[in-house]
Amino acid sequence: MVALAFIVLVILIAIFAPVIVKVMGLDDPNFQNDEALNDFGSPNGPSSAHPFGVDDRGRDVLARVLYGARVSMLVAVIATAVTMIVGTVLGLIAGFYRGKVDAVLSRFTELTLAFPTILLGIGLSVACADACLGGAIKPGLTVVVLVISLTSWPYVARLVRGQVLSLREKEFVDAARSLGASDRRIIFREILPNLTAPLIVYATVLIPQNILAEAALSFLGVGVNPSTPSWGAMISDAISIFDTAWWFMVFPGVALLLAVLAFNIVGDGLQDAINPRTGRTGK
Amino acid sequence: MPGSPQRLPSAPVSVSSIGNRSSVARYIVKRLLWTVVTLVVITAVAYFLFRVLPSGDPVRARAGKAPTQERLDAIRESLGLDNPWYQQLGDFLWNAAHFDFGRSYISGAELRPLMLDALGATAWLVVGAAIVWLGAAAVVGTISALRRGTLPDRVAMGGALVAISAPVYWLGLVALYLFAKDIGQFGIFPGAGAYQDATTVLDKAGAMILPWLVLAAAFSAVYARLLRSSLLETMQEDYIRTARAKGLTERRVIFRHATRSAVTPLVTALGVDVGLLIGGNAILTESVFNIPGLGRLSFDAIQRGDVATIQATVLFLAFFVCISSLIVDLLYALIDPRVKYE
Repeated sequence: MVALAFIVLVILIAIFAPVIVKVMGLDDPNFQNDEALNDFGSPNGPSSAHPFGVDDRGRDVLARVLYGARVSMLVAVIATAVTMIVGTVLGLIAGFYRGKVDAVLSRFTELTLAFPTILLGIGLSVACADACLGGAIKPGLTVVVLVISLTSWPYVARLVRGQVLSLREKEFVDAARSLGASDRRIIFREILPNLTAPLIVYATVLIPQNILAEAALSFLGVGVNPSTPSWGAMISDAISIFDTAWWFMVFPGVALLLAVLAFNIVGDGLQDAINPRTGRTGK
Repeated sequence: MPGSPQRLPSAPVSVSSIGNRSSVARYIVKRLLWTVVTLVVITAVAYFLFRVLPSGDPVRARAGKAPTQERLDAIRESLGLDNPWYQQLGDFLWNAAHFDFGRSYISGAELRPLMLDALGATAWLVVGAAIVWLGAAAVVGTISALRRGTLPDRVAMGGALVAISAPVYWLGLVALYLFAKDIGQFGIFPGAGAYQDATTVLDKAGAMILPWLVLAAAFSAVYARLLRSSLLETMQEDYIRTARAKGLTERRVIFRHATRSAVTPLVTALGVDVGLLIGGNAILTESVFNIPGLGRLSFDAIQRGDVATIQATVLFLAFFVCISSLIVDLLYALIDPRVKYE
C-alpha cells in the first residue's frame, strides 16, 4: 500500500512539477544561479533556499529532481505501452497462424534478441542526434522510447506466442469458429481477453525496467536532451564532482531507486495475487 | 536492458518428438548454422545502421584540417570505402572468418589485439562478479527457502528487491564515495581507474573488488529470489517426500535431492546473463570504474563514428550472446533429461 501511494505521489509530482516548484519557492530547474556557488565556483550543499543543494552550474537540485519525475514517468508509460502493443500483436499472429508466419516471426524475434541491445541503443541515439530518416525520428524522448521498445518487444512476443499456441486449441475457439467468426475476431475478441492477466503482470515488470533503461541511456549521454532534467543525466553530470558535492549525486539516485522500488513492490504483489503458487512473500 | 539482470522469464525449450543421439547431433548442427546466419544478418544490420545513418564521414575524420580532394580519395581507397557496399560487407565477413577484424578508421590501430585486451578486462569483471553473485545467491536463497516466512527470509527478500531496483552506475558511485582509497570516506579499496594502473594479477584483483561487488549486487538478488522460489517448488515434489520417508537426513534431502533439480533455472539464467554482460551490457559498470572493456571500446567507437571498430565489436559481442544461448540450451538438456530436441 505504501508503494502504491508512493507511485501515485510520483505521478502527481510529474504532472504538477512546475506548480510544486513555484509553491516551494525554488528556482526554475534550468536557472543557473551564480550566487548559489561559493567563491571558488563550487556548488553549495543543502541549505534552506536549496534543500537538496545546487549542481555545478548553480541549478537547484530539488527542482531538477522533481522535474526528473516527468521524463521517467513519460518514458515508462509510453515505452511500456509501445512494447506491449507491438509484442502482443506479433505474438498473437505468430501463435495463431503457426507454420510459415510463425517461423518467420520467431526467427525475427531471435535475431533481435541476439543483437547487442545497448549498442543498438547507443548507435541509434548517436546517429539520430540531429534527426534521422528525414526527420521522422527526432532526437531525445522519441529515440529513447524507440530504443527501449525495439529491444524489449521480443520478450513480450515470445510470452504471448507461447500462450496463444495452447489457447488456440481450446474449445471456445472452435465454438467461435463454428459460429463463423473471422480470424481477426477470434484473435482479438476471443483469445486476447484470456491474456489479460499475464499481460498486466508483464507490464508491471516492464515499467521499472524501462525507468532504469531511460536513466541508463541518459547516464551514458545518449538519452533525452541535455537541458531536460532526467535522473540518469543528473547522476552522469555529478560524476566529475561527486567526491565533494555528494548531494548532486545522491538525491537523483535515491529518487530513481525509490520510484523503481515502488513499481517492483507493486509488481511483485500483483504477481502473487494472480499466481498464488509462487509464494514469493512467504505468507 | 543495460547492466540490469534480465528479469523476464525465457521461453521453455520446446518439447517435441522423441530425442535420440542422432537427433541431438542434427539439433546441434542446425543451431550452429543458425548462429552463423544470425551473425551475418547482425553484421549487415550494423553496417547499414552505422553507414547509412549520419554519423560522420570516417575519411574526413582521418584527413585532418582542410584536406585536398586527392588526399580524401587516397584515404577512401586505402580504407576500401570506394568499393560497393556488398563488397565491403563481404570483405569484412571473409576477413572476420579468418580472425582478421581490420583496423580502426580513426587511429589506424589493428583491431584484433585491441578487442582481445578489452575482452580480457570485461571477462575479468564479469566472471569475478558471477562467482560473487552465485555464492551470495546460494547462501541467501537456500536460507530464505528453508526459513520461509521468518524474519531472516523477509529481510533478505526485502533487501533483494532494493538491490534489484538500484541503478548499477549509481551504486558504483556511492561505493566509490564511501570506500575508494583516493576519494572515499572510509578508503579501504582501490578506486576507479585502479585497474588500468594495475600490473600484477593481485593488483588487478584488488582493483576489481568494488566493481565485482557493485555489478553482483542486483544479480545476487535476482538469483537468490530465483533459487528460493525454485527450491520451494521442488520441496513439494513427491520424490522429496519419498526421500524423507526413506529416513534420509534433512541435510541430505536438501543438498543431494532438492538442490540438484532446483538449480536448473539458475543455469539457464547464468548463461544468458554472462553472455549479455560480456556482449556489451557491462558498459555501465565499466564506465563508472574506468575499466577498458568491450562495452567502453564500442561506446567510444560509436561516439567517434569509427565504423570499422563498431562493426568489429558488434560482431564480436553478438558472437558471445549467440554462443552463450547455444551453450545454455545444450547444458539444459544435460541437466534435465526431460528436454527433447526438435
